Amino acid sequence: MQRASEILAVRKPGRLSRMAAPARGNLPDSVWAALLTVLGLAVFAVAAVIVVELWRLSAPVLARTSLFSFISSSRWDVVRDVYGALPYIYGTLVTSFVALVLALPISVGLALFLTEMSPPRVRSIVSFPIALLAGIPSVVYGLWGLFVLVPLLRTTVEPWLADAFGFLPFFQGPPIGLGYLAAGVILAIMILPTITSLAIEVLRTVPLSLREAALALGATRWEAIRMAVLPYARAGILGATILGLGRALGETMAVTMLIGNSPTISASLFAPGYSLPAVIANEFAEASGQLHTGALAVLGLILFVVTLLLNVAARLLVRLSRRGPARVAA
Amino acid sequence: MNKSRIAVLAMAALATAALAGDKMLITGAGATFPFPLYSKWFSDYNKQHPEVQINYQSIGSGGGIKQITEKTVDFGASDAPMSDEEMAKAPGIQHIPTVLGAVVLVYNVPGLEGLKLTPETVSGIFLGKITRWNDPAVARDNKGARLPDSAIAVAHRSDGSGTTAVFTDYLSKVSPDWKAGPGAGKSVSWPAGLGGKGNEGVTGIVKQTQGAIGYVELAYANQNKLPVAEMRNHDGKFVKPTIETVSAAAEKASLPDDYRVSITDAPGPNAYPISAFTYLLVYQDQPDAAKGEALVRFLWWAVHDGQKLAAPLDYAPLPSTAVHKVEQTLAKLTVQGKRVLAKSQ
Repeated sequence: MQRASEILAVRKPGRLSRMAAPARGNLPDSVWAALLTVLGLAVFAVAAVIVVELWRLSAPVLARTSLFSFISSSRWDVVRDVYGALPYIYGTLVTSFVALVLALPISVGLALFLTEMSPPRVRSIVSFPIALLAGIPSVVYGLWGLFVLVPLLRTTVEPWLADAFGFLPFFQGPPIGLGYLAAGVILAIMILPTITSLAIEVLRTVPLSLREAALALGATRWEAIRMAVLPYARAGILGATILGLGRALGETMAVTMLIGNSPTISASLFAPGYSLPAVIANEFAEASGQLHTGALAVLGLILFVVTLLLNVAARLLVRLSRRGPARVAA
Repeated sequence: MNKSRIAVLAMAALATAALAGDKMLITGAGATFPFPLYSKWFSDYNKQHPEVQINYQSIGSGGGIKQITEKTVDFGASDAPMSDEEMAKAPGIQHIPTVLGAVVLVYNVPGLEGLKLTPETVSGIFLGKITRWNDPAVARDNKGARLPDSAIAVAHRSDGSGTTAVFTDYLSKVSPDWKAGPGAGKSVSWPAGLGGKGNEGVTGIVKQTQGAIGYVELAYANQNKLPVAEMRNHDGKFVKPTIETVSAAAEKASLPDDYRVSITDAPGPNAYPISAFTYLLVYQDQPDAAKGEALVRFLWWAVHDGQKLAAPLDYAPLPSTAVHKVEQTLAKLTVQGKRVLAKSQ
């Protein structure tokens, strides 16, 4: 109680002085305010410069082909200056989707275990390696993937999947190791700490009274989680997922080391593919000629727009789900 | 005069001394492939000529061409010669061949040593038409070898690179199908196989995949002790890629004045067919008097004394015929309109 009142006491004068300062014309304050405004606007300026520059670079390509045919064509032939982005877009989406499917249940399960069930000692022990995972550079993930994950997929996991689920088109073809599956699995490991740590934060904000009420009504622990905790945390977990997805979409190094770098579209997850960031990283350094650089810039623009749309969609979803935790629970 | 002022003045004096002193900084940028040799050259040259310091950024051939075109560096470096379009943007640019590199085929077939390949077989494999190791086309040139009945996994570079440019240039020369199909360039659309980033990426795929074949630079293959294939050359002989056979590829080649020539599939009984020059790019007329002169003198050193440092680092030195021609070219380089080297240096 005392702490709360202290916070209030500090906050009130702060608010007042902030509102009063510019009106009085206090010089240091207004300079400070102007400086911060400029810094705030600089974020928009940077984003704008990126878009404008990408647009300028991509102009020669878009003058030759329409954006639609660029996106829908799957032929990428640098020698003849023919460019189509479909395999890259497809590869980016497929690997990110695989990563989400694998990482989401594990992350949320882990977060639930750590917040709802585990003793505090276990929590602190388990939280440490999760934080550690987030700090590993992506090239290290790529190397690990190349030398550990890929042989494992090729000799064990993929043959097993082909045996068990070979009737599905996703698990057909020769087990190469490098491909959508390898890239998706490594992305799942990479986004796991992002989603988990955010989900833990979100679950911690669930009021204790909700759990107590559910338990008092005779709910089991699982029922309390399912009916009281998860609905309350739904929006936040969705946000965490979107942030993880953002990382998966833009990940470059680890993906290019594992995806096989072959601009083809296959239903099978065993097949090699390609992704938007990977092709930019691979070809930009040696790209000569306006059209090649331009085509890579268009890919950058597409990546930018896809990320933007995803963020907007995520925010809309979060807003929608915030409205009705009660409806979801029922 | 207070203390801090004195300190500032002293620092300024030191800075001007460092700048105006005998030291001179020449900057260059470009190809990554010859970087190990170039950095050895620059440090050795600096030991002999302490007043000249050369700073080189290995950012890739494309970047080197861009930077020398925009004149943000004193020299560029490229594995593949500049295209006509690029030459037009940099009037007065001169290619100086420095050493030779080669592209070798590495493979992973347990128990198979000394694989021999013909140009037709290699293009067939990379076109995805020859798909098994015991294909008659492979077997014909490898009598007595145990060729497994397994699939060939093709590995190629996924990043744009001079290595790919040399290899696809060779394939375009020896195979009409390749020329009409993927063609030649730093990045091509591969009809078959997996892409790995860099020499190490291709090596990674080849080492880990049984039945794989890929292409890497000779220096890289030598340093990593990978099994390499012998290639049938223009004269019909099977040749192992070595420093000597790569140098031999440049011996019989007729070099134009701008050195923009492909020496893949070169004539000569001992010539390894997938060889190429790597170049430094300088302007014919150097704008900066002191730097220009130092640069020309360095180039002279590089094609003479520098050549001795090449072989230990797995680069093939220029044959003497090429060195003679480069001498003529260097003699014609000017600094603000004046020649630097007397013809008989």
